[in-house]
Amino acid sequence: MRAFPTLLRVGVAEAVAYRAEFIIWLLTTTMPLVMLALWAEVAREGGPVGGFTAQDFTAYFLASFIVRQLTGCWVAWDLNREIREGLISMRLLKPIHPLAAYAAENLAVLPMRLLLSMPIAIAALWLAGRDHVTHDPLMFAFFAVAVAGAWLLSFSIMAVIGSLAFFIDSTLAVADLWFGLFFILSGYFVPIALFPAWFRELAIALPFRAMLGLPVEMLIGLQTRAGALQGMAIEWAWVLCCWAGAITLFNAGARRYSAYGA
Amino acid sequence: MAHSRYARLLGAQLRVAGLTSLQYRADFYTDAVMSVFWLGVNLVPLLIVYDKRPTLADWSFPAALLVIGWFTLLKGVLDGAVNPCLTAIVEHIRKGTLDFILIKPADAQFLISTAKLSPWRAVDVLGGVGVLGFALFRLHRWPTVGQFGAALLLLAAAVGLLYSLWILAVSVAFWVVKLDNLAFLFGSVFDAARWPITVFRGAWRFLFTFVVPLAILTTYPAMALLGTLTLRTGASAIIGAAAFFVFSRLVWSQAIGHYTSASS
Repeated sequence: MRAFPTLLRVGVAEAVAYRAEFIIWLLTTTMPLVMLALWAEVAREGGPVGGFTAQDFTAYFLASFIVRQLTGCWVAWDLNREIREGLISMRLLKPIHPLAAYAAENLAVLPMRLLLSMPIAIAALWLAGRDHVTHDPLMFAFFAVAVAGAWLLSFSIMAVIGSLAFFIDSTLAVADLWFGLFFILSGYFVPIALFPAWFRELAIALPFRAMLGLPVEMLIGLQTRAGALQGMAIEWAWVLCCWAGAITLFNAGARRYSAYGA
Repeated sequence: MAHSRYARLLGAQLRVAGLTSLQYRADFYTDAVMSVFWLGVNLVPLLIVYDKRPTLADWSFPAALLVIGWFTLLKGVLDGAVNPCLTAIVEHIRKGTLDFILIKPADAQFLISTAKLSPWRAVDVLGGVGVLGFALFRLHRWPTVGQFGAALLLLAAAVGLLYSLWILAVSVAFWVVKLDNLAFLFGSVFDAARWPITVFRGAWRFLFTFVVPLAILTTYPAMALLGTLTLRTGASAIIGAAAFFVFSRLVWSQAIGHYTSASS
């Protein structure tokens, strides 16, 4: 655990070293802005959609851009590649659990990512939807907890998918499948408030919405305190399950791993 | 003479790609399932929009489906022929193994563009054609031969444009080496092409028409099938695509001069 701050520092230095890649990576996460343009146009053309005005959509998708920036992880691809190419052996030798090392790497990019994207995103949210941001100070505290949970949840699930590479070949197809479901069920394409009721219930019970929709709704004041607490209870239950699942799966995989002389 | 040599070379590359993909037959099923799955995912926002509204920026549901059809078709081309090469060349540049391609007695751009193909992704192309057929059926109109020809011509322009964008992306990789996620960037920008261009306003419309010409990729071919594309827009789209192609070739030849192998 003492190594964690050092690992974080190494990660930050690496992010600074590969600046160009970093900017490209940022550009790939602009999907919420496209959805913003689309839904704002729908609302402008024919009036509010399911209670959402053009400004509501603007606030919603700007907030979802911010939450995505805070919670993005790519550990599934790293794990998949390193398991396949045998590089994971190096990590298994080190006296720190490989998943902890990955967590440090994924966390370490946050300062740089925030530095590049947050000033613009927050300014835009302030200009376009100031009235939409929640006024409840307690909700901001809840928001921080929900974002932390969202990060842990997306990291754990990516780690589960990555660890599958110990057992099966088509890990990336699983990741693809996961992202497809995520795009729909998390509120990434469409705020889940616009879904038919049965679909909304499904989305709330599954882990996807906790990773994006929940913190977004909390930030722009679409959630009551009770609703937020209930959502966070579901979120943290999923965090515990997925984290335990990731560690179990990784350890089981590492035991049977025999590639490249490990 | 030179042309027949390149035709034979292309034949050989295609044959190798075909044989390689036959070794991974299971991939066919994975790709087919994923193709249907993503088609469904891409339809969800569309279904929700049209559940709330009869039209969007004057596009009816079946008309917007035409755009999705072209989108799926081009996505097949992108994932089947463009992205695998992109990933391969970035890897070559990073490891310095591009040398082995540069010393071969053929045009380097041609070699790397055909080096890696995933024929199984043709499932997406079939899916796209299916969606186009369904959309036309729902519209109760069949395009005239002229409209159909215009759509095919624009499809060719769209493929050329995708390819040029791709060459530009690869050229960037010569300057900034670690660019594993170029393919992701490509994919995520392309994602916006599933919506008719008129849905976007102001800066977005400008961006998607002139900077990253997504309009030419999906909206114009769909308009050609609908018969609403003016001759002038169509012609300028094709000329624009051709100009883009020449431009990308120029940038490529500049970029290749910047290549300093990893070992030298």
